[in-house]
Amino acid sequence: MKRNGIEAGLTANGNLLPVTERAAQDNRLIKKLYKLFDYVWLRRLVLLAVLCCLWEWYATRLANPLMFPTFSATIKALAHAVAGGGLPGRIATSFRILVVGYGIGVLVAVFLSMLAVGTRIGTDLLELFTAMFNPLPAIALLPLALLWFGLGNGSITFVLVHAVLWPVALSAHAGFSGVNTTIRMVGRNYGLTGIRYVLAILIPAAFPALLTGLRNGWAFAWRTLIAAELVFGVSAGNGGIGWFIYENKQQLEIPSVFAGLITVIAIGIAVENLIFDQIERRTVLKWGMKSARQVTPGTVKSAV
Amino acid sequence: MASVSEVPLLKVNGVTLRYRIEEKTVTATERVGFRIEQGDRVVLLGPSGCGKSTLLKAVGGFLHPSEGSITLNGRRVEGPGPDRVMVFQEFDQLLPWKTVKENVMFGLTASRTLSKREAAERALESIRTVHLEKFADAYPHTLSGGMKQRVAIARCLAMKPDIILMDEPFAALDALSRRRMQDELLELWNENRFTMLFVTHSIEEALLLGSRIVVMSPHPGRVAEILEAEQLNEAAGSHPEISERIKRVLFRDAPEYVI
Repeated sequence: MKRNGIEAGLTANGNLLPVTERAAQDNRLIKKLYKLFDYVWLRRLVLLAVLCCLWEWYATRLANPLMFPTFSATIKALAHAVAGGGLPGRIATSFRILVVGYGIGVLVAVFLSMLAVGTRIGTDLLELFTAMFNPLPAIALLPLALLWFGLGNGSITFVLVHAVLWPVALSAHAGFSGVNTTIRMVGRNYGLTGIRYVLAILIPAAFPALLTGLRNGWAFAWRTLIAAELVFGVSAGNGGIGWFIYENKQQLEIPSVFAGLITVIAIGIAVENLIFDQIERRTVLKWGMKSARQVTPGTVKSAV
Repeated sequence: MASVSEVPLLKVNGVTLRYRIEEKTVTATERVGFRIEQGDRVVLLGPSGCGKSTLLKAVGGFLHPSEGSITLNGRRVEGPGPDRVMVFQEFDQLLPWKTVKENVMFGLTASRTLSKREAAERALESIRTVHLEKFADAYPHTLSGGMKQRVAIARCLAMKPDIILMDEPFAALDALSRRRMQDELLELWNENRFTMLFVTHSIEEALLLGSRIVVMSPHPGRVAEILEAEQLNEAAGSHPEISERIKRVLFRDAPEYVI
């Protein structure tokens, strides 16, 4: 951009252009810069950089690395944890449990919502369950889970399933019962019944709601997982990211604590933007089942 | 084979349709009967509340008569099936997650009529007949209302069903598109000679499209009169006259109606 601007001021043989023409070109340059600011990601990047600078400035002035390390110290700790501190291993541990818990939660949710669509008693059951368990933070079940499943993956998985199941079941049920009559009739007109009808008609027609459910379920699961991991390491020295944060706090490695928090945020954003947004773009947005303006970035208030 | 000509393609015999809304039982049609032969363009005409759409859904197999029977080629209609394809009024009858071509293919593959490759060929052929070949790979939400209805008709024609059931397919279109679609439908019929049962509340549309018009009266729906092609042809030059007659038939029990 800048180079273009400098070149624009000179003609090919290096002579300066007349003043008026240069002013016009400067004007164009400013316009181009303004245009650049139309990009959301660029505006956000600039904001983020400003915040990081503020952080660095304040922490340096505070000069209390035990309470509030600088941005650079945090980044250094992050680089160190990634390179040799075993952070990737911790992330992998977290994800292994997450995938299992999320998978089971989603499967049970889909099953429950199918049951609810098919039968009246199923609807009552689902509505009763969601009314009961939705206000109950999944993490509150952890003590009970520890009692039942002991100190280990089982407990965390149980809590995760609980965190994913209800929001996903709620969305899935809303989605399935919202499939319009015309599309249902079209499916049955061409002889679709049973599982083929579900796969070819119900699931794609309810996909916008299903995707919202999966997104919310992921957000709940991720927060719950980190919270649960804070309580104990799965097997000695091999906990997830939550445990990494807790351990480093115990050892007063505060920059590493910050690094752990940044990792949690970064993974959260990455999954939201890279996975769910991509799925949305390739499905419901492409199909016109949801207009681009309606897109809400992860509207989960507080999961834990 | 000799008896084939004696068995009509579709026979609606003394059909009474009832459905429940909360505690009340509503009688949509009472002992309605008519026959449809191969290549007929039968229009079910009547004001709202005469049960014409309900009757069409019963022919489609989505509802069961509480009295009487519906037979297709002598076989009783028990449920929905790809031998009777419906075209609905609603634009959302197209599956939004499929392109135009995939939508037309959908009927053929879902009903296991054709393999995927053959279905793709037949779909393109059918899309060409409704002049949408340029939009074969477009998603339905990018199409206009008239184009969506054409896709629905193409999907239906590709199936080559025994009978096409149309539930006011052009009612949600603007007047110009409606007129064009009516002409196109007649053109398609001239080329393919399919059998069609068409529901409408528009007398004009009925006169334009029907080779036979079953005029129904409301509350409960009964057949008031059946106008044959000859009568319609006779009146072709004097549409006002025959539409007056239909109006008289339609509203003789309801003098408070004013058109």
